[in-house]
Amino acid sequence: MTETIVAIGTRKGLWVARSSDRTEWALEGPHFLMSEVASVAVDTREGRSTVLAGVKSWHWGPTVQASTDGGRTWTESAERALAFPSDTDTALERVWQLTPDPNDADVVWAGVEPHALFRSTDRGEHYELVRGLWDHPHRPKWEPGFGGGAVHTIVPEAGHPENLLVAMSAGGVYRSSDSGETWAPSNPGIRAYFMPDDEYPEYGQCVHKVARGAADGALYAQNHKGVYRSDDNGASWQSIADGLPTDFGFTILAHPRRPGVVWNIPVADDGERIPPGAQLQVQRSDDGGAHWRMQAQGLPSESFTCVLRDAASLDSADPVGVYLGTRNGDVFASADEGETFHRIATQLPDVLVVRAAQLD
Amino acid sequence: MPSAPVRVILPGMLRDLVGGVAEIEVESPGDGQTVAELLDRAFSEHRILDGKVRDERGQIRRHVKVFVNGEDATRGDGVAAQVPAGARVHIINAVSGG
Repeated sequence: MTETIVAIGTRKGLWVARSSDRTEWALEGPHFLMSEVASVAVDTREGRSTVLAGVKSWHWGPTVQASTDGGRTWTESAERALAFPSDTDTALERVWQLTPDPNDADVVWAGVEPHALFRSTDRGEHYELVRGLWDHPHRPKWEPGFGGGAVHTIVPEAGHPENLLVAMSAGGVYRSSDSGETWAPSNPGIRAYFMPDDEYPEYGQCVHKVARGAADGALYAQNHKGVYRSDDNGASWQSIADGLPTDFGFTILAHPRRPGVVWNIPVADDGERIPPGAQLQVQRSDDGGAHWRMQAQGLPSESFTCVLRDAASLDSADPVGVYLGTRNGDVFASADEGETFHRIATQLPDVLVVRAAQLD
Repeated sequence: MPSAPVRVILPGMLRDLVGGVAEIEVESPGDGQTVAELLDRAFSEHRILDGKVRDERGQIRRHVKVFVNGEDATRGDGVAAQVPAGARVHIINAVSGG
């Protein structure tokens, strides 16, 4: 029987919601109580029910933990799962992103703070630094965003293992076309309004999240002011912010099968990090960002919370499920592509990451 | 004649990771050892503890304290602090957080 799970990483632990029908949910947890869980990946490749979590204890440091039973039990490698090599004289601060590779079922990518990309070839148990990005001459000039300086987004391309895209706050988008050996910035068209001299620099943009539409390969980017689309695999970007209530926000989601279907979760402004009009909402486009409409049924109004960059997710069911978690510890689920939402968790610590998937 | 061993006392939060072990006895070389050398020896059989107490540069984590005979080594020479034979070394999770 297919089970839908929603892994919810928070400032103080991980919870897992489960459902057989996406209507009735059971919430399990906490795992890792009092540890921050900023990244989660559900690895369903080759029929697995593996969940990986980037866990940080404020006392005992960051690591990656793994579950092979859908998040019920967890193990941690005795040796450090992810560590900087000694010659870098650098210590891992936090694992911001875990991304199973669509082209190699043993490969998992990890984006970390400080700005670096790691690669695992053993399904996420151990990771090695990707030197090509670490040695990039721009790296000393990448600035930390408010939450820290990290590779927070990793976008591989199914069918093209040589192509990788990463995004950083505040370094911008970088791409590799040789499986991570070499990297180049790729931000043409993305405005960095906060730069004093050149608002369209080669790099230094504050990209918050990039998503790929699996159906047509289009890329969508939510920036620190600015929402963009790329039809040339990230070589150039065009604004799709017209029609949105605001161009600020943290996350963006793209439909796994239907071209042009995108969800954006707007935030009023960078100095006003609440939902526009205090209505928690999702904005949906069915035409690649040309037009947008609000979806808010079941989401609270007079809401003054915020949805962070990884605190939203889609599942792979038909119709697609849409999930979002808030900084005040609520998680909402929609089983009808955003038309109606129901609260599936409440009173959790602030939600940092939500990842949904179907397990067989 | 062998030197008196060093006793490394673990905090409760780490004992669960090593099957409830509360204390690790470590040999002390004749000329003493540094905190770094002591932890290398103490964690050789309990590898998971190394990543909890020290970062990958070998530095004691920010919110961890190591007391050598009651003195906070992390306020002194850190991992270079000397540990005499027979010392009692407490690893403590600092009172911090919110």
